Amino acid sequence: MTIRIQAEDFDAGAEIARISAVSTNVGGVCSFLGLVRDSGENSAITAMTLEHYPGMTEKQLAKIEAEARERWPLDDSLIIHRYGRFEPGEQIVLVVTASAHRKAAFEACEFLIDWLKTKAPFWKSEETPDGTTWVEAKAADNAAAEKWGE
Amino acid sequence: MKILYFAHFREKANIAEEDIDLPAGVEDVNSLLDWLEARGGGYTDAFADRNHIRVAVNQEHVEFDAALKDGDEVAFFPPMTGG
Repeated sequence: MTIRIQAEDFDAGAEIARISAVSTNVGGVCSFLGLVRDSGENSAITAMTLEHYPGMTEKQLAKIEAEARERWPLDDSLIIHRYGRFEPGEQIVLVVTASAHRKAAFEACEFLIDWLKTKAPFWKSEETPDGTTWVEAKAADNAAAEKWGE
Repeated sequence: MKILYFAHFREKANIAEEDIDLPAGVEDVNSLLDWLEARGGGYTDAFADRNHIRVAVNQEHVEFDAALKDGDEVAFFPPMTGG
């Protein structure tokens, strides 16, 4: 079980390969890779900056990961989340889950990214041709997090 | 008490963090928000609208009726938008 909050980029393929090899009990590995898009709600995005609350971020992600382990039989999991300024196409977040069977790996991966988006203290601002604005929380993200209960 | 400001709260109040003595009459998050709003300038601008304020005390999410004491770390931020 690994949580990393970092400015630097990561090698998603190498991370997935490492988790795939943790145990021969692992029968399925799921991953979610989040990238910076070049278009927002209303305009083009030229760059995005992510800030976070050092200390609380690590605590919240540890709680979310512990919750996933309570709910699903995971052999391993990984959350990497970057902070700093990024341009379209750059990697922001990687979630990987490994389990004996695919259902647990799929569900736990979706749960981790859904809860991370609404419970981990990260904030995005977007640079557009019209200026820089803070991204507002989306009702769809709240609904996605709430479907997993409390 | 340490107060941390994130995202647009930091920009409006023009400060990332500060150490203050617990002001007289401040017993919970609500009364701290009243005190901050009354400071004027960017603080008033940042804290007048309470609808989108989220708060953590000692790095745990709390509601506005959470009690405060000297030495607490209080953080103000908007709803989270990571991932």
